[in-house]
Amino acid sequence: MQDFGEAFGLAFTLVLSGDADLFEIVALSLRVSLSATALACIIGLPLGALLAVTRFRGRGAVLILSNALMGLPPVVVGLIVYLHLSRAGPLGFLGLLYTPAAMIIAQTILITPIVMALSRQVIEDLHGEYADQFRSLVLGRWQMVQALIWDARFSLLTVGLAGFGRAVAEVGAVMIVGGNIDHLTRVMTTAIALETSKGDLALALALGLVLMVIALGVNALVQSLRMTAVRHAYA
Amino acid sequence: MHMRDAVENILTFDAAATTAARRDDPRALTLRDVSLTVGDKALVHGANLTLNAEGITMIMGPNGAGKSLLLKLAHGLTPATGGQVLWGDTPLDDTARRTQAMVFQKPVVLRRSVAANVDFALRARGIRDAARRDALLDHVGLLGHARQPARLLSGGEQQRLALARALALKPKVMLLDEPTASLDPASVLKIEEIVQEAHSAGTKIIFVTHDPGQAGRLADDIVFVHRGRVHEHGPADLFLSRPETQEARDFLQGRIVV
Amino acid sequence: MSFKFRSSVATALALALSAGIAAAQDKSIIVQSTTSTANSGLYDYLLPIFEKQTGIQVNVVAVGTGQAIKNAANCDGDVLLVHAKPAEEKFVADGMGVERFDLMYNDFVIVGPDEDPAGVGGMTDAQDSLEKIADSGALFASRGDDSGTHKKEMRLWADTDVDLAAGSGAWYRETGSGMGATLNAGVGMDAYVMTDRATWISFDNKADFEIHVEGDEDLFNQYGVILVNPEKCENVDAASGQAFVDWVISDAGQQAIGDYKLNGQQLFFPNAD
Repeated sequence: MQDFGEAFGLAFTLVLSGDADLFEIVALSLRVSLSATALACIIGLPLGALLAVTRFRGRGAVLILSNALMGLPPVVVGLIVYLHLSRAGPLGFLGLLYTPAAMIIAQTILITPIVMALSRQVIEDLHGEYADQFRSLVLGRWQMVQALIWDARFSLLTVGLAGFGRAVAEVGAVMIVGGNIDHLTRVMTTAIALETSKGDLALALALGLVLMVIALGVNALVQSLRMTAVRHAYA
Repeated sequence: MHMRDAVENILTFDAAATTAARRDDPRALTLRDVSLTVGDKALVHGANLTLNAEGITMIMGPNGAGKSLLLKLAHGLTPATGGQVLWGDTPLDDTARRTQAMVFQKPVVLRRSVAANVDFALRARGIRDAARRDALLDHVGLLGHARQPARLLSGGEQQRLALARALALKPKVMLLDEPTASLDPASVLKIEEIVQEAHSAGTKIIFVTHDPGQAGRLADDIVFVHRGRVHEHGPADLFLSRPETQEARDFLQGRIVV
Repeated sequence: MSFKFRSSVATALALALSAGIAAAQDKSIIVQSTTSTANSGLYDYLLPIFEKQTGIQVNVVAVGTGQAIKNAANCDGDVLLVHAKPAEEKFVADGMGVERFDLMYNDFVIVGPDEDPAGVGGMTDAQDSLEKIADSGALFASRGDDSGTHKKEMRLWADTDVDLAAGSGAWYRETGSGMGATLNAGVGMDAYVMTDRATWISFDNKADFEIHVEGDEDLFNQYGVILVNPEKCENVDAASGQAFVDWVISDAGQQAIGDYKLNGQQLFFPNAD
């Protein structure tokens, strides 16, 4: 139990002393996971919206699949990406393995289904409200998708946060495709795994605390942005 | 008058001949044996109806009679399972629908500013015109609220915004589904004014109501609907004073009609 | 316990802001290696010396020996530095590696709770002590991950008449994870663990555990270093990789390995020819 007290103290010391390694790792974590979240939104939001406004044969199966993919194990994603990016794999010529780019790719694959499935739900609810008006205006499918994404933007921020939360917290995928290389691909979660394996539980826990504070900070920032926007602009 | 010019400018569609009522006028609705069956439930039974290209037609009937359904069938929001919907002498299609606008009982308000709501309708027709948008907002008395979030408007204001958005399309036909239900009297009055102005500018109005008083104020002709059937159709004064069927008499006298 | 760092903040920032494609530096190689070497801190000591002399940046991927060999066989590395001699020789025989060089050795120890329920404290014969642990009914935690350490442990068990399959899940606990995780598990359930000395010395979560068995030659742990065959893997930077191999087996490299100490103890004993 003394680990907790030690961890809190250590977390404060690390942050306050401006530990360069810590900031490097935090910066990479944010860069990788925010990039993955942005990519997942660029891919997942339109797909989710399209799925919300379209009726076609086999739609039910697609919905089940996209919901099931939300539970993709990070390790499996990591393995699949590794097998593709490995020099022996089909995309090996790109030379992306053990780079932040590979980590961004893996996390994007991991969270795109989450963004897609959750945004599909959010947008389908909104579409229920707008459908008659859209049909009356004779809007094209793309116009509908754009309008729905824009009008659902505040709910979709939460969807993006859910994706970011999953990305920044996962360790399995980035460990495999990034390799946890010091000063190159080491992020918060792989550093925590490393310190745990070294038996330095207090330092691992301290890093965990820092990670939680960062996740909390990102959430609080987005939430306050949302509140401000809702209050001052558009409900 | 300056204001009057502006109103006419934003309201009138470019139809050279709006006078002579003709069969090929795209504002004239014809329903031929139109029916709607969902599962094994028949909601509308073989409706036959012919409306003039001009004037304000009110559709009346008790709750659940199928008034709104009839409007949605006419506009194509709900596809008919039998029969034919004609505007002029052409079957309803997207082209026809683009010349029409619909206002719903519960106004559909986009989650954006009041001005952006009108811009949205204009852009659906490929138009970006802030001056026209402002004129429309001024016309429905919302220019002062242009930058506010539309969802924060009162119920009456939201419905006026929906009207502004409908008028932005310069529709040949405007379909309104109980737009004043559950609104305060001042809002009702304002909305009726706006509808009448649109009508004077040449727009055909088809208006669902269950309020005989409103029908008396606005209607040129009245369609009475009951249990998914068109029971009566005739001039407003005639229908309101001497309805032909017992159901219509009961309805107008405020008795429960089953 | 402090968070060590070795390269400059400027490099760190540059990497953090760069587009994310590798080879930001002119010359860099990937060394597929083991968690035990990486966790011991050896690379943190060696690599800056090498990088300073050659300008070649070395990126270490630390995984189990089995996975390291597999990754290298997929051409995902320039140099392989592991400790499982038979597997390494097979790697070279398969044509994936150019040549294997003995590099250094460290040794394994068997650690356990200080009350020593199996009574193996002070024993110097690895097989005898393993048999005694098995007979006593005390717990034993194994990595069970096909790593070099695990392979070594299996070879030791093979010479005993203990039926591991029967004990698996009962007194014989396979964690299927790295050395550190297995030590954590062992400490958590008072199980004996065979670990390399380097990991043990640098391990911080020892609780009441101590070394009970050490010194048997069977417990010595030979490391080898191999350049991945550039003829099989065209992405291999043969020149830089060879420079690294040449350096670690050179007098200077061997000297540096011997110089590395943790808590005042030498962890690796250079023995290149």
